[in-house]
Amino acid sequence: MKSEPVHQGRIESPFYARQKALDTVNEWHQWKGYTAANELYCADTEYFAIRNSTAVFDLTPMTKYRITGPDALAYLDRLVTRDMTRIAPGRVAYAVWCDDAGQVVDDGTIFHLREGEYRLCSQERHFGWLQAATIGFDVTVTHETDEVAALAVQGPTSYSVLSNLGLAGLAELKPFSLMQVRFKGTDLMVSRTGFTGDLGYELWLDPARAEALWDALFDAGKLHGIRAIGTNALEMARIEAGFIAVYHEFLPADETVRSGRSRSPFELGLGWLVDFTKPVFNGRRALAEEWRSGYTWRLAKLDIEGNKPAHHSYVFAKEARNRGNIGFVTSAMWSPVCKKNIALATVRTPYGKPGETVWVEIFYQREMHWNREMARATVVDKPFWFPARRSATPPGRN
Amino acid sequence: MTGMRTYDVIVVGAGHNGLTTAAFLAQAGLDVVCVEKNDYIGGAAVSRNLYKDWMYSNCSYVCSLLRPEIFRALELHKHGLQITPFGGSVQFMENGDYFGTYHDPEVAYREMARFSRHDADMYKSYRADTMRQCRFIRDFLLRTAPDPTSFRPRDIRELLHIGSKFWEMGEDRMYETIRFWTMSVADYLDGYFETDVIKAAKSGSGIIGTALGVHSPGTAYVLLHHYMGEVDGNVGSWGFARGGMGAVSQAIAGAFEAAGGELRTEAGVEKILVRNGKVQGVALENGEELKARVVASAMDVKRTFLDCMDSSDVPERFHRRVENFKIRGSSGKLNIALDGLPTFPALPEGSTLMHSDMHFIDSMERMERAYDDWKAGTWSQDPYVDMVIPTLNDPTMAPPGKHFMSVFVQYCPHQIEGRRWTTAEKDAFGQTVLDQIGNYSPDFKDLILHVEVRTPQDIEDEIGITEGNIFHGELTMDQLLFNRPIPGYAQYRTPVESLYLCGSSTHPGGGVMAAPGANAAREILADLRRPNTVPENFGDD
Amino acid sequence: MTEHYDAILVGAGHNGLVCAALLAQAGKRVLVLEAASQVGGAAVTREFAEEFSVSACAHLLYQLQPEVCRDLKISPPLAAENIPTIALAEDAGHVRIAGAAVEGVAAEDARQYRRFHKRMTRFARLLRKLLVKPPPRLGTRSRRDLYALARLGLSVRSLGRDDMREFLRLIGMNIHDEVRERFASPLLRGAISLDAVLGTHLGPRSPNTVLTYLHRLAGNSGRVAVPRGGMGMVPAMLAQSARAAGADIRTGTPVRRIVVDNGRVTGVETEAGEVFHSYTVVSNADPKRTVMRLVGARHFETRFVKRIHHLRAQGNAAKVHLALDALPSIDGFSDRDYGARILVAGDEDHVERAFNPAKYGEYSSAPVIELAFPSVHDESLAPPGQHVMSAVVQYAPYALRGGWTEAARQGLFDVVIETLARYMPDLEQRVVASELLTPVDLEAEFHVTGGHWHHAELALDQFLFVRPVSGAAQYAMPLDGLFLCGAGTHPGGGVSGAAGRNAAHTILNRGKGR
Repeated sequence: MKSEPVHQGRIESPFYARQKALDTVNEWHQWKGYTAANELYCADTEYFAIRNSTAVFDLTPMTKYRITGPDALAYLDRLVTRDMTRIAPGRVAYAVWCDDAGQVVDDGTIFHLREGEYRLCSQERHFGWLQAATIGFDVTVTHETDEVAALAVQGPTSYSVLSNLGLAGLAELKPFSLMQVRFKGTDLMVSRTGFTGDLGYELWLDPARAEALWDALFDAGKLHGIRAIGTNALEMARIEAGFIAVYHEFLPADETVRSGRSRSPFELGLGWLVDFTKPVFNGRRALAEEWRSGYTWRLAKLDIEGNKPAHHSYVFAKEARNRGNIGFVTSAMWSPVCKKNIALATVRTPYGKPGETVWVEIFYQREMHWNREMARATVVDKPFWFPARRSATPPGRN
Repeated sequence: MTGMRTYDVIVVGAGHNGLTTAAFLAQAGLDVVCVEKNDYIGGAAVSRNLYKDWMYSNCSYVCSLLRPEIFRALELHKHGLQITPFGGSVQFMENGDYFGTYHDPEVAYREMARFSRHDADMYKSYRADTMRQCRFIRDFLLRTAPDPTSFRPRDIRELLHIGSKFWEMGEDRMYETIRFWTMSVADYLDGYFETDVIKAAKSGSGIIGTALGVHSPGTAYVLLHHYMGEVDGNVGSWGFARGGMGAVSQAIAGAFEAAGGELRTEAGVEKILVRNGKVQGVALENGEELKARVVASAMDVKRTFLDCMDSSDVPERFHRRVENFKIRGSSGKLNIALDGLPTFPALPEGSTLMHSDMHFIDSMERMERAYDDWKAGTWSQDPYVDMVIPTLNDPTMAPPGKHFMSVFVQYCPHQIEGRRWTTAEKDAFGQTVLDQIGNYSPDFKDLILHVEVRTPQDIEDEIGITEGNIFHGELTMDQLLFNRPIPGYAQYRTPVESLYLCGSSTHPGGGVMAAPGANAAREILADLRRPNTVPENFGDD
Repeated sequence: MTEHYDAILVGAGHNGLVCAALLAQAGKRVLVLEAASQVGGAAVTREFAEEFSVSACAHLLYQLQPEVCRDLKISPPLAAENIPTIALAEDAGHVRIAGAAVEGVAAEDARQYRRFHKRMTRFARLLRKLLVKPPPRLGTRSRRDLYALARLGLSVRSLGRDDMREFLRLIGMNIHDEVRERFASPLLRGAISLDAVLGTHLGPRSPNTVLTYLHRLAGNSGRVAVPRGGMGMVPAMLAQSARAAGADIRTGTPVRRIVVDNGRVTGVETEAGEVFHSYTVVSNADPKRTVMRLVGARHFETRFVKRIHHLRAQGNAAKVHLALDALPSIDGFSDRDYGARILVAGDEDHVERAFNPAKYGEYSSAPVIELAFPSVHDESLAPPGQHVMSAVVQYAPYALRGGWTEAARQGLFDVVIETLARYMPDLEQRVVASELLTPVDLEAEFHVTGGHWHHAELALDQFLFVRPVSGAAQYAMPLDGLFLCGAGTHPGGGVSGAAGRNAAHTILNRGKGR
């Protein structure tokens, strides 16, 4: 039996050819085996499509699992820290799941597709863990990353664009809701979700119809400034929205080698997702103990003086470095819409409470030479960017 | 008159460990001679020219365990050593399929997912958990194992060091570590993988060089012993020494001679001379006697005390312990000169897997059954072989277009049912291996120009290692750390004053790692109150 | 209206009874529910043929802890104590072992054995210190655990330098090397090897089998006894003691499930649908059965469930019971010899070879056997002049390839009779009735997952801190109010009562000394 050899190199998403046609800079990277664009023309321009018009991002490489069976709800409820019984069919939950030590394995979105049927969508792959968690439940977990093509359509004009496609019910679709519609003879799922902190949708469908959707979408968006974007622009938007990202703000607990390198939900500012009224969920016992005895780290959103991004900076409690650092910056940028120097940082408790002043040590290069500067930073409570349109229903036409 | 010469140190045996000890001692300004019974140096780290223009790494064949700290301290690059990484492995299956591993993590993932998505996804936690154990043990490689019965400050300090490294893992991972050290590689892999061929592929490292099967408790640790190597910081990756494994010994010898050391080949030691419980020197097979303040033996512990000394030289209890030290011949080797590159039709044209480690066994049951044959006193009828073609990476080892193939074979006993191998049996053993490879490569046998078959007995006869065991002693719990080689004598010192052990029988054991040799040198220098020349572990935090 | 108890024990095996008795003695209101019609679990005497009775699972008493007898104020009547061991030879050159003395071997072997026995006994005593206490937790800041750890370290150190070194070396060793190094007599080597692996999925060459040998010695210094009235007598007395202390023991009351409400245990529900209420439920069932069936995996967290799932708990020993119209003739046997514990194991390699097929899901074609004629000591087990033989046959894997079909069972039975007939030529003629219990049968009869008499494989990676799995080694399960007290916990199986006693102490000491 001579079997088909494994595919070497990268896989092309069903949207690859369309993106390739728009590409002018040939900047690609590998995302879970897929070829994905860093940028297609210019990251800054693409970023403003998110904030100013409509940006289209290929989400297909996101890991997707289908969860079905009589125990699907009970299974998910034990898997994640939040109360899944409150997520009705047609709703979407942002959730985080932990190992028994209460350390975050990953975060992601869970789509309640229809009664008893869910899709779990995450950055990393977890089939081993999800499979182990099925013991004792009548539930089936199926990997469906390659079977579902997905696009994020984000930005203030995204509602107008999708309206032009004639999607019924779009006006009533609330944030974290989903709807199933027919589109050119195929099933299309539309969810009001995204990773940009702005008004936006995600579209999910059979890969065979991917290009048809893309073409229709760009046709509908022609007058609304629609643009395809790459990962670099999206990354800027997610920092402004204050969203955490795996390998930046945390590592999957099952991949850490050294002690103390994993994080609990509390340490990632996700305490609101932990529901101790549930009798059992993975990590509950450890998290309850941590809740009592206190945790080590805190995720802090920093508003930093000046305009030099604090990439990889140490964070200090005082300007004079007479004591050790209290943490480090995990994501940093100059925010074009806020005109602020912002960052996400991991800070040792008890530091990092909102309103507190800390100092970051910024290294920056000007014409080959490196400079260092201590910059004052304020810990802020709210996301840096949170426009009213993000949650308005129906969204306004722009 | 060399016969009257008194050295500071005589190192017995010019294998990589003996040479390492010698080099560090010479660098400390001592007057050192290293004596070797063969007319070539290197022990089991050699490149031999046994057929026309071919160079065989005819014992050890890959190099990754060699500690980078030692490489750097001895500046081995200046003495011609160059280690190039190679990667991957392939498992040929009876059904005509194969399982390969690839450098690109995504391709590796897809290959595993071809068999099981579960296994593909579990690989990263398998890797993390195994690396955690590697990190834990790696810290002890260039340290002397503490004596847990001792109250000396240094031992207590070292014990506390181990204790704190252990404690900082946290409760859960401490338990996992205890389990890891005591379980079989089969049980360990069951915790991650469901596919037989994937488990078979990962389990090989748990048994190579041991007289244990994949189901024997303790083999998970052995896995580590093969994983903790690194090439340029890539933990667990393998490398070839350019020019064959002899390049390693040659380079260390170069560093030794550059530091003023004296190397004498064809100078087999008849006897280590002891008077009043103190070592005096050695008597060579040619009748010559060499005197020294210190003798360091790179021979295995049995050969040192049972063959080269009188039983009255050491306490009876110690002598008995040495007799009971377990060195088991369990691996054989075929070195093959090939007229061209054999083809493996299962592999796609131009597959990178041609450059990788090849194996022809695809299930845990076959792995274990191979061991049952060894227990019954014969070689495996369906052996686990680890086959590589170094000439695909290193053109210096054979004429252009020709190839050298190195085939490590597990299991192969030291003796057949308790007696010496006959020529017919040795041929039959070689044929078993050639047939197994031939099943997957139709043109392989026609390309063979020359085959050297080495049983553990051949290795013992030629190199002197008891039972020809690659580790100079089984890597079981009772012979590791402070138990290696003998409890109470695990710090390179012996009951005989000024006699040291520096070979792989000592902590941390075998493999072309050079750590035992370096650790022994550090202890000798401390006893002689000389400044230390031996490097410390590179930290990792 | 449900009744409330301070503690409910699920299963009246000997450990459950010991635990119940100790809890009751401490003034707790205790209920014990047992599925079978009699107490004892795997320590039972039952009729397997008309008028012939036998201890159905465990048949010899090695390890009943003196502490247990003391605490429960019992002293089980013994039909015989300190019975010797005889390793059978085909040529009548049997080897007889009694305590430190061996007959039938060369003088040097006898001398070596005395030394060996003395040393092993010394190490077993040290091991015993570990077995009679709950294992401390690692990595916690609990003063009690740190103190227990320090005590542990000190007791190893107190062995003295040489013995400590030897101990640290021996626990990693295999019994094969150890007997090879010491003894010339193949039968003696075989006997010790068999003792080291009996009831395990290990062969003599498997590392850590010196530890399993020590474990066997640790109970009562290796002294073997035959309880009067069969093994069932022991639990009967334990039950009596528990009842005297006020425990309510109900047999014939199988538990359907352990009730969990809002993340904690609140009682049990019987198969009959009766509900008993308690915030402390102690399961004498094996860990897998407890978690997967009685409670349900969904009430635990994933990694813990995964560990329980991977717990190795597949029995590898079968029992054969023969009803005999008379004792079979054994060449070179005196009348007294029939009262011994008898071993069939030619040498250490025979034991290892017997193990080989078990690795691949096959039973041994040349098994090794431990047997006894308990009726020699106890006439109540068989009609006058007639006898029963009770044999442990190793190896017979639970997961037999192709399953334990009738043909497979007959095959194993024939192999056993054939093997024994080499030493007892008239055996077949003596047999009037017989019974074979494979691990699958033992599972069905005693509700022990995998039919493993230790409830979970006794190996170093499932020992002490990590028995049955990490996170549950201190009897308390990661579910509030749930405890284990069976052989699946530290220190493992054998009719010793240690697990039950340790569990009781843990339950009574809850909340103290943190």
